[in-house]
Amino acid sequence: MTSQALRRLTWRLVAVAATLFGVALLVFVMLRAIPGDQITASLGTEAAALTPGQQAALREYYGIDQPLVAQFFSWLGELVQGNLGWSVRSRTSVASLTMSALPVTLELALLSILVALAIGIPVGMLAAAAPNTWRDGLGQLVALLGLSVPAFLLASFLLTYAASGVGFNPNGQPYAVPWDSVSALGLNLQQMLLPALTLGFGIAAPIARTTRTAVLSVRDEDFVRTARAKGVGERRLRRRHVLRNALLPVTTMTGLQLGYLLGGAVVVEQIFSLPGIGRQVLLGIQQKDYAVVQSTVLVIALAFVLVNIVTDLAYRVVDPRVRAS
Amino acid sequence: MSGEATGDLTVDVTSAPTRPWHRLRRSVPGVLGLVIMAVLLVVAVLAWLGALPYDPIAQDAPNRLQRPSGAHWFGTDQFGRDVFSRVAAGLANSVLIAGVAVALSAAVGTLAGVVAGYLRGAVDAVFGGVANVFFAFPPLLLALTLVSVLDRTWFTVALAIAVVYVPIFFRVARGPVLSLREQDFVRAAVSTGQNPWATMALHVLPNISGLVIVQTALSLSWAVLTEASLSFLGLGAPPPAPSLGSMIFESRNIVSIANWTMIAPGIIVVLLVAGLNLLGHGLRDAFDVKGRD
Repeated sequence: MTSQALRRLTWRLVAVAATLFGVALLVFVMLRAIPGDQITASLGTEAAALTPGQQAALREYYGIDQPLVAQFFSWLGELVQGNLGWSVRSRTSVASLTMSALPVTLELALLSILVALAIGIPVGMLAAAAPNTWRDGLGQLVALLGLSVPAFLLASFLLTYAASGVGFNPNGQPYAVPWDSVSALGLNLQQMLLPALTLGFGIAAPIARTTRTAVLSVRDEDFVRTARAKGVGERRLRRRHVLRNALLPVTTMTGLQLGYLLGGAVVVEQIFSLPGIGRQVLLGIQQKDYAVVQSTVLVIALAFVLVNIVTDLAYRVVDPRVRAS
Repeated sequence: MSGEATGDLTVDVTSAPTRPWHRLRRSVPGVLGLVIMAVLLVVAVLAWLGALPYDPIAQDAPNRLQRPSGAHWFGTDQFGRDVFSRVAAGLANSVLIAGVAVALSAAVGTLAGVVAGYLRGAVDAVFGGVANVFFAFPPLLLALTLVSVLDRTWFTVALAIAVVYVPIFFRVARGPVLSLREQDFVRAAVSTGQNPWATMALHVLPNISGLVIVQTALSLSWAVLTEASLSFLGLGAPPPAPSLGSMIFESRNIVSIANWTMIAPGIIVVLLVAGLNLLGHGLRDAFDVKGRD
């Protein structure tokens, strides 16, 4: 690695660290802006019955008698050591809640991306194969619908019609942990089916559009013409030469959709009763369990930043041209 | 996407002096978007004026769950409320919240982007750093968290959505300003001793207006989706104000016996988002802005 590349990498890491610090600060400020405090949040109206002495004791217990700056740095210090706080409602640590919720959301995200690629790439290729024809129009209509149908509408529709129409309602049963047993895995996959279809359809739209644009720009390149001149068959040409090169922007687009996926997970997990990380935030908000909200939002933002860096690096690894520049 | 009518090569005469508006009218998605938005806006305006067939929050128990008919175009819900009037009022609320949110974020984000891109240096570094922090959150999650800590009114919902989209306008505006500031006409203005703020307002800002307009239309469609998602989750403008998201939420338990209670608000929300998307793409063709997708 050249010294210049090393310096660039160092700067990149400094910038990421600064962003993460800003993220923590923003989350802290947002949640301290809440009217009332932890005491009224956990005791509700009963807090009014406390004597001043009891209130002071509780304030000291929760550490909210400290100045805000001290509170922020003590929270940050605990975070760095892996202590995400204590959930007042569930009476467990936020870290253990998060450890059980994270795999649910990751599984959902992965399956959704698979669904999105399975829909998006063929639709995009179909549209690009005959630009400005009815097939292209159909592809663009599918893409427009994917952008315009809100996840909560599609999810509500699928849930109610699958249940009342064909009696398919695996999400009515308690969430099955996939590694418990083979039958649990089967139920788990059924429970993931409709949520993954919902989220996958939403991301399929930008993937289809990117595929279409990329295929159209690659197929006129010199190397494609050369391959055709050498006598490479059309099928092989499309798969080996055009699609492979068109997949680069598609990779980036897929990575960029993770933000949508993590946001959409809040809605979809709520509708399908999946105990993932998005539902954890929403439950925390509804139950005024702010330690949960504060740390979970931070974990999600952290994951999002990391995914963006990984996408960027993956792009460099996949495409030698980017590496060279 | 190319929205131009194909095969029409007689445009040479007219294309030279055409302005964006004329090009928008020749773009297929643009015209579709304009028509959809015109119809929906008329309905929204009627709702604002109170010119609806029924009071959207008036309950009428004897007439619960009526099928769509001449008396109730989109039927009635489980409380006997007229679904058409509620959908129209919900549409008006969506348009209001998304409109205010995007107007705020476009104004703040564009100004910040122009200033940062033109002045560079410390201002650019600070603004850029703040934008990066906001970009670190999935958009819906940031809006959700903000809404949960604010006293909920339609305006705080709009404010929360605005915060999410400020960094997008910042980034969209800042990029082209970096190259605009090196252009001859900007340098000429600077060399005449023009005040930098005047240069920004008179020479830089007008040259990114097309970009900002396109971004505004696309952001409106996302803002509508965000508002609808928030109200579906019970975090939108508080009841009894009707909203498309909460109507769809409430319809989930009765959809098997009264599907119109989900279909009507569903179709309107999809039309609204699709109309804004189409309009955005039409505008992109009209202003010849390169797309982000």
